[in-house]
Amino acid sequence: MLNTFMQSRLRGLVILALILVILPAFLGNPFHYELVTQMAIIAATVVGLNLLVGFAGQISLGHAGFFGLGAYFTGIATGTYGWSSVPALVVGAIVVGAIAWIVGRPILRLKGHYLSMATLAVGFIIAIILNNERALTGGPDGMPVPAFEIFGWELSAFGRYSLFGITIEGFQAWYIFASVVLLVAVWFALNLIESPIGRALRSVHGSEVAASVVGVNTAKYKSLVFVISAIYASLMGSLYAHFQGFITPAVASFEFSILFITMVVLGGMGSTFGVILGAVVLKLLPQVLADFQELEHVMFGLILMLTMIFMPKGLLPTLTAFVSKKMRKKAGGEA
Amino acid sequence: MTALVEVKGLDKAFGGVHAVEGVSFSVEAGQVYSVIGPNGAGKTTLFNLITGLYTPTKGEILLNGESTAKLEPNELAERGMCRTFQQMQICMNMTAIENVMLGRHLQLKSSLFTTLFRLPSLRRNEAAARKRAAELMEYVGCGDYLDAEASAMSYGALKRLEIARALAAEPKVILLDEPAAGLNAVETAALEDLIRKIADQGTTVMLVEHDMKLVMGISDRLLVLNYGRVLAEGTPEEIRQNPDVIAAYLGG
Ligand SMILES: Nc1ncnc2c1ncn2[C@@H]1O[C@H](COP(=O)(O)OP(=O)(O)OP(=O)(O)O)[C@@H](O)[C@H]1O
Ligand SMILES: [Mg+2]
Repeated sequence: MLNTFMQSRLRGLVILALILVILPAFLGNPFHYELVTQMAIIAATVVGLNLLVGFAGQISLGHAGFFGLGAYFTGIATGTYGWSSVPALVVGAIVVGAIAWIVGRPILRLKGHYLSMATLAVGFIIAIILNNERALTGGPDGMPVPAFEIFGWELSAFGRYSLFGITIEGFQAWYIFASVVLLVAVWFALNLIESPIGRALRSVHGSEVAASVVGVNTAKYKSLVFVISAIYASLMGSLYAHFQGFITPAVASFEFSILFITMVVLGGMGSTFGVILGAVVLKLLPQVLADFQELEHVMFGLILMLTMIFMPKGLLPTLTAFVSKKMRKKAGGEA
Repeated sequence: MTALVEVKGLDKAFGGVHAVEGVSFSVEAGQVYSVIGPNGAGKTTLFNLITGLYTPTKGEILLNGESTAKLEPNELAERGMCRTFQQMQICMNMTAIENVMLGRHLQLKSSLFTTLFRLPSLRRNEAAARKRAAELMEYVGCGDYLDAEASAMSYGALKRLEIARALAAEPKVILLDEPAAGLNAVETAALEDLIRKIADQGTTVMLVEHDMKLVMGISDRLLVLNYGRVLAEGTPEEIRQNPDVIAAYLGG
């Protein structure tokens, strides 16, 4: 029975859930919780980006733009106009999805460097708008965002809540919330990949002509996955804004876009759990190397380059291949 | 009776090179129709035109009486046309059986909602598609590779896998571009059986092939191209006796 479980398609998801359940035992203070909650939100974003980059073989160097749009839509709708969080998040995702569809149709005809440049430009334009629309966004100084609110109930990192008779701190509640969101994001991604739609997406990567002659409308599927990944980014941007309580245009910046892509490439393009590992490593790295903060961007560039040269499949797939090779060797030795 | 595929005055020029020039012919449903000719004669270009990957410079192609001029390859697939490639087009980022299941794309419509929640209807359809794909892989003779990564398969197995993928689409007409290239004698014999089986089930087959024994044995009609133009058209017997063909192509 354990065996069938280990081969089942949800194995990874169950392992991730276990890790998320056990993890609090190792989290000493609110700062740790904050870091891990950010990790989960960013990880869910790159799980969405990986659908576009890892599975459909397209690229977006402007994905922080969609993340930032989601964050600011939530910030403005809840902060300035007093919307409730859930409608803000949903309407924001629909608006961002529509924007992604409109810009995606023409630019996804481009390939390689041209597509990189076009998506880069999309990210830049969004960042510039967020910087310049001071009346709406507060400009470069940023804007405060109210706590996440649902049915009049507020989820604040500084609150204190009673859950099934147990009192938990706000940052712990956020950790639970973000964990559930990550698990759902991963579950959706896994379901999507292993479906007719997912095969069509992967075939766009594998061979666009093969896809088209068996009836896949490649342009439609590229747009679809671009929109889906933008919606992932928008939703996570919205949550990020609530969690941080304050946002600046940095959330839509080029640096953030590159960080996302580096997480995907480092963790393993086309590996849903790999890119989560990528997010964890790249969120941890600046903590470990706090003394080299000004070199952060150089470091990310270096990581991106070194991964592509020495570990093109990414961290997790390379590790799994290594481990299974070792195990095979061992099994072979015993036989 | 209208032909299944009708080609009228087809021209394709790449810059100064006329790869296909003034080509006309028609293929009746149920036939095995072969296109032969020396290297560079324009056979692959002709297939690319018929399947919508290239746009003709001049001329017209009708599928079941409908002009294909404005149709994309995927829309032609919807109308029952599928093909394999001389330069194999396999999705190396998938397993073997997933490649074949991809061929069932048009039969497997499911909404995004159904997909994200993996509702029972999707699971049922996937299981059925998988079963069908496994049968097809068995049928073309690569049943040993079901869950192998496509990148781990041999050349001959990949060629058959590509045919299985095309068959999975349940096409009315299947175009095979040099399916025997690179195969040994045993594999070629197996391929001949396979093409016969496909034709016997009522699927129209268009074939580009250099292996004369295979082509002459299996075809109902042949089109001979030379430098992009039609040199001859007819039954294998007529082609064998055609003086132009003998002079220019069969070499004596
Ligand atoms: N995309 C292209 N761009 C430019 N020239 C092309 C292109 N495709 C084919 N050609 C040219 O058109 C001519 C016919 O090529 P094609 O590939 O159709 O020949 P073929 O009959 O399939 O040959 P083979 O038996 O070698 O496969 C050749 O001269 C080739 O160089
Ligand atoms: Mg050819």
